[in-house]
Amino acid sequence: MTTKTTSAAPGRPQQANAPLGGSEPHAVGSVGAYYLHLADNALILGQRNAEWCGHGPILEEDLALANNSLDLIGQARLLYQHVATIRKDGKSSEDLLAYFRDVPDFKNYTLLELPHGTALLPTSRGDRDYAVTMARNFLYSALMVQVWGALAASTDAQLAAIAAKSLKEVQYHLRHAHDWVLRLGDGTDASHARMQAAFDYLMPFTQEFWTTSAMETAAVKTGAGVDVTAFKTEWEAMVSDTLQAATLKVPASSGFVTTGKHGVHSEHLGFVLAEMQSLARAHPEAVW
Amino acid sequence: MSFDAPSRTVPPGVLQGLPDGPLAQSQEADAHHAIWELLEAVTDPEIPVVNLREMGILRAVRFGAQGLEVVITPTYSGCPAMGQMEDDVANALSQAGVAARVVTQLAPAWSTDWMTPEGRDKLRAYGIAPPVKSACAAAAGAQVVSFANRKFAGRGLAPQETVACPQCGSDNTTEISHFGSTACKALYRCLKCMEPFDYFKPY
Repeated sequence: MTTKTTSAAPGRPQQANAPLGGSEPHAVGSVGAYYLHLADNALILGQRNAEWCGHGPILEEDLALANNSLDLIGQARLLYQHVATIRKDGKSSEDLLAYFRDVPDFKNYTLLELPHGTALLPTSRGDRDYAVTMARNFLYSALMVQVWGALAASTDAQLAAIAAKSLKEVQYHLRHAHDWVLRLGDGTDASHARMQAAFDYLMPFTQEFWTTSAMETAAVKTGAGVDVTAFKTEWEAMVSDTLQAATLKVPASSGFVTTGKHGVHSEHLGFVLAEMQSLARAHPEAVW
Repeated sequence: MSFDAPSRTVPPGVLQGLPDGPLAQSQEADAHHAIWELLEAVTDPEIPVVNLREMGILRAVRFGAQGLEVVITPTYSGCPAMGQMEDDVANALSQAGVAARVVTQLAPAWSTDWMTPEGRDKLRAYGIAPPVKSACAAAAGAQVVSFANRKFAGRGLAPQETVACPQCGSDNTTEISHFGSTACKALYRCLKCMEPFDYFKPY
């Protein structure tokens, strides 16, 4: 992404001060917020997975995660461009949406902003645990193959086109993560323990998929969006079949419900944004 | 094996001074043909042996309300080569003195099924195994996934294909990694000639 802006005045672009997220419902409405939710999901997971770049456990996995991030960030760009087109205010752009919104404006699932490793995991060493990365990619991709598949029939033709492309990409992501869940789960005692701990840690965050929000309800009503709760049975079947095949126990997903898609995030998202946005904010007019 | 660039002979005058309004039918057909010919020379920036038509990226040349439009379709959402391809098409047109807009169109989504047979042959000769089966069949889960539970066939898991080695032609190959040097490729190894190679994934 470039950081071109249309600011007339030199220095900090005035758009940077304008609220661009869901705190601005009149501009694009709840459906616009729904698009941002889809885009933010892709961007934040893409940014997280890119943290493996140069640190992959083996070269092939380093490449795999970089490719995965490239797909996700590409999907986010298409969606942000679409939001900017819908707004027609001349002030939105993919860069402003990605780089000049703050934590409460982001609508991604909390699951996607969590670090790859945490002290909460008894098995985790260091700040990146590949089991967490693969468990999360699996849980998210298993949902998104359904979501993108259904959105390919969205009444919004551009969203349908983006969904049709994203579906092809997320199928590869799902296969990759699925294979690693099986290999690590049905692997050594150590890899099994780490994979189980990763699912135990992440599973409660998936509850957020099945709660409703005003933006999703509005998008479903217009035909642009899809009702994610309709995919719950299929998603649970895929998760439980895979975990069973990987000799893992399916952890309880209950406990608490996170609220990332409402803009109420964990403490981790701020750090993700700080790293991702610092360059664009320090040099708002910068171009390659 | 040679990869001569296709003839770039554009009939003189055809593309110069095209009117803004609708063209006569014969004039339009000539210009249409000339532009496709011209763009034969625009190759994939990552895989210079195939051009954008052979890759299925160059979709249409049309005369829209705002004049001439060349339509391209992106491959992977995050493919960094797309911007380069757009610039290359625009440059080729402007160098030939053609005023045209390059339009990026997402739908229908690009598919490796659109690669032409000669494009596939050129990939193979270049050392990249072309996508062996249609993306539609792949999406339908026609084959069983490696490591995977058979129950998932057709449930969104992209299957693994039998890929012939572009060096020796053997089917006795194995996947090293789903994800290779670019978003569109996987990394394979031939178990007969032992050479590693790139495989262009069905999309």
